[in-house]
Amino acid sequence: MERVDPARAATALPATNGRGWSEPVAFLLMVAALVVVPFYVYPLFLMQALCFALFACAFNLLIGYGGLLSFGHALYFGWASYLAAHAAKVWGFPPELAILTGTLTAAGLGLIAGSLAIRRQGIYFAMITLALAQMMYFIALQAKFTGGEDGIQAVPRGTLFGLVNLNDPMNMYVTVLVIFLAGFLLIHRIIHSPFGEVLKAIRENEPRAISLGYKTERYKLVAFLLSAALAGVAGSTKAIVLQIASLTDVNWPMSGEVVLMALVGGLGTVFGPVVGAFIIIAMQTYLAEVGQWVTVIQGVIFVLCVLAFRRGIVGELAHFLRIRL
Amino acid sequence: MKSLLSCTAISIVLAASSAQAQQTTVKIGVMSDMSSLYSDIAGPGSTAAAKLAIADFIKNNPNVKVDLVSADHQNKADVGTGIVNKWYDTENVDLVIDVPNSGVALAVSQIASTKNKVFIVSGAAASDLTGPKCNANTIHWTYDTWMLANGTGKALVKTGGDTWFFLTADYAFGHALERDTAAAVEANGGKVLGKVRHPLNTNDFSSFLLQAQTSKAKIIGLANAGGDTINSIKSGAEFGIAKGGQKFAGLLVFASDVNALGLATAQGLTLTETWYWDMNDANRAWTKRWQGERPGKFPTMVQAGVYSGITHYLKAVVALKSAADGKAVIAQMKKTPTDDPLFGKGTIRADGRKVHDAYLLEVKSPAESKYPGDFYKVKATIPAAEAFRPLKDGGCSLVSG
Amino acid sequence: MFEIFGIPSTALFGQLLIGLINGSFYALLSLGLAVIFGMLNIINFTHGAQYMLGAFAAFLLLQYSGLGYWWALLVAPIAVGITGMVIERTLLQWLYKLDHLYGLLLTFGLALIIEGLARNYYGSAGLPYQMPEELIGGYDLGFMRLPIYRAWVIAASLVVCLGTWFVIERTKLGSYLRAATENPTLVRAFGIDVPRMITLTYGFGVGLAAFAGVMAAPIYNVSPQMGSELIIVVFAVVVIGGMGSIMGAIVTGFGLGVIEGLTKVFFPEASNTVIFVIMAIVLLVRPAGLFGRRA
Repeated sequence: MERVDPARAATALPATNGRGWSEPVAFLLMVAALVVVPFYVYPLFLMQALCFALFACAFNLLIGYGGLLSFGHALYFGWASYLAAHAAKVWGFPPELAILTGTLTAAGLGLIAGSLAIRRQGIYFAMITLALAQMMYFIALQAKFTGGEDGIQAVPRGTLFGLVNLNDPMNMYVTVLVIFLAGFLLIHRIIHSPFGEVLKAIRENEPRAISLGYKTERYKLVAFLLSAALAGVAGSTKAIVLQIASLTDVNWPMSGEVVLMALVGGLGTVFGPVVGAFIIIAMQTYLAEVGQWVTVIQGVIFVLCVLAFRRGIVGELAHFLRIRL
Repeated sequence: MKSLLSCTAISIVLAASSAQAQQTTVKIGVMSDMSSLYSDIAGPGSTAAAKLAIADFIKNNPNVKVDLVSADHQNKADVGTGIVNKWYDTENVDLVIDVPNSGVALAVSQIASTKNKVFIVSGAAASDLTGPKCNANTIHWTYDTWMLANGTGKALVKTGGDTWFFLTADYAFGHALERDTAAAVEANGGKVLGKVRHPLNTNDFSSFLLQAQTSKAKIIGLANAGGDTINSIKSGAEFGIAKGGQKFAGLLVFASDVNALGLATAQGLTLTETWYWDMNDANRAWTKRWQGERPGKFPTMVQAGVYSGITHYLKAVVALKSAADGKAVIAQMKKTPTDDPLFGKGTIRADGRKVHDAYLLEVKSPAESKYPGDFYKVKATIPAAEAFRPLKDGGCSLVSG
Repeated sequence: MFEIFGIPSTALFGQLLIGLINGSFYALLSLGLAVIFGMLNIINFTHGAQYMLGAFAAFLLLQYSGLGYWWALLVAPIAVGITGMVIERTLLQWLYKLDHLYGLLLTFGLALIIEGLARNYYGSAGLPYQMPEELIGGYDLGFMRLPIYRAWVIAASLVVCLGTWFVIERTKLGSYLRAATENPTLVRAFGIDVPRMITLTYGFGVGLAAFAGVMAAPIYNVSPQMGSELIIVVFAVVVIGGMGSIMGAIVTGFGLGVIEGLTKVFFPEASNTVIFVIMAIVLLVRPAGLFGRRA
């Protein structure tokens, strides 16, 4: 058993090609919630959660639909974050160009890493991604521009397109929300496109897909590239929002965290990673007062999810309601 | 009628007196590393120290109401900045204190400046906090890298350790520590014979120590911290560094590290700190109270700094009758000389640097140690005027001229 | 004395010897991982935490019952091995039919729990553990001083590693184990209690980790994070050696220790990354690892 098949675990429905009503409804609910909630909850926390939600969705694209577990996704998130921060602070780029810089960096790194890693499958794929991420971590540790242990600080938020002042929390929030929704819809589009269907076919049975004439390596590489680039968008946005880029973003616990977010939310569901990200970030922020126990609690959640709760929150919900989420 | 009059009279008197004894409310946040590398150096012990400071202050100032919150930044800059932003924006926290981890401290310092709140650094070491990155809302309390480098470097050279070899952790902090100490050594007539850079979180130092041994330098300077320092010293004991006549200089060592090493391994190690629990009766008495919350552990200078910092802060707030204007409170703190049972008398300079005496300490051998916690003998006192970087050398914009 | 690339030969040989010592730790740890993966198809991320538990057990034994190092070498692996068996019976056995991924995630979660709890109760600075009297001191080899303890480490790991290899590859018990992993149903039909063998094998692998932990206690800092700092490197070793191969893990462990030692001499800042570079190269060229059997 080389390939992961969590989507099968996630929804017990036969693969219906029609969209059904559940996904658009859930999407509208999500948008409505995100529009209303900044008036009740501290916006900075929400923005952080949205960035990580996008990161988790990007990761989920690879594992939930491509069947490829990347254990080094922090590489793209973190390096995009560094480049975006550097662009905004040192090169004086406006925020939209800084985010673009970060995204392109992540895409480039994704292309290189992907072409190396794609050649193998299953656990070996995961190990290569981990190894590459660790190498880039050590490079980040020693490179001058990353600021090492201190990171890049006081990243200016700037003015978006020369019009919108991002120092205002509400402006920043709306910007992040738009970026998140754009990324989310893009992922949704990818999943439900012919490309996405081929990807799922490759996940289910690669030899059969090859025998049908598909160049599976190419499909996997493109999926990897998209996943890395979107993780890069998330990282760059995070650098602008929190105005800091640090080593935590490239280190392997960060890779582990995004796996946790996707797992808790539901691998192979569209909304799962969003829910997972919000839960994990909320836990970090609001449990910081009893910070000693956060690691233990995360570990317990991992164990419980794997043993009893494999579909994740959204997956269980979808299974229970017999809909597709 | 009479009763109504007397009621009114009483209520008027009560209203008048409560207007006089108006409460000043302050909220203090201890942000530390509660769960990883620095949890022993700062961590829950800092919160315990904060509680003591508040309790002692309220005893003499009953009309001040102080709330305390604490949080774990897990050594992550984004978690730290997220928490501090939330605290300052939505929870009315006036003072954030402690923050070990220089990266987080630098970030928090910026936030305090933008939001005009107060930040007192006890845990972090970066001397840049009172140098190029200084601002009018931050005070650097307990120690910094310049003090460590100069304290240990200069004192050791003067006592005969004039040739040095550096074992440096290969990241910004390690490089800074090595650079500052090398400068201090050479300024005092010593020579740096060589150095080797090791990756952060190295387990095994044998190969690096071999190079140190070959150099035959009298002092091996450990420009690293935490687990790396401990592993360096442990390996050193095995490889007979001491027997070969060389000595280790710990450039950033805390009592908790000495505890982890055990005296048999750590004996003879020289280091500089600004506070030691067993130095005088006042410290010992305070430590006993502190141990009520943290049994079995010994307070470090970082935790003592939290106590001292909060005490001085609250005095300033009471003098101004409000904690609202961060810059005003800091200005008041700089105007008033400090005095507390732990650090004694001291001052805060224009660049936000608190100055007090520093002490050159040497780890005792197991035979010399009479009771648990009896780690150090005091070799020398470095007076406050010499211990910290001269005001004009820092490059801080707040220093005129 | 002659020079090779600017490094005096005495220093070079000294570093090689030190590399071998580090290699013994890598070999011991990757042996446990290889046994568990080879026999059980479980990727045991908890291995680092179990190594740490071994060191902690040594400390606790000394602290609370006065039992010293030599006793700890025996008792700690057994104690930690038993906890491993409990984990296997209660948690891991449900995952055998699923993808490797879930075993990895579960053991990762367990590692977080164990490390978090250790840190909450013991702090993160570390616990003191002194070297046993008999092993203090060193031999003067001319080009360096070899501490007795390090010589003991090399000797002990070689014995344990080769002993394990022998049992698994050359004895009847080992052949039952290997058969059971290839075809459990058939082996069961012969009346052999396969689940029990699996449990015992997991316990043994964990015990190996704990044994390495006890050996590390006198020379490395006994802290809750000592395992997580090492685990990724050990994974790299196992992947390079070949995930199911016992001999592969042993040879690669020692070999990588030596390579790392050499890197520390010529290019110290890269000594952390060299193992990963090698791993990436090996995976591209020979995906099953240098000695691996499965593709």
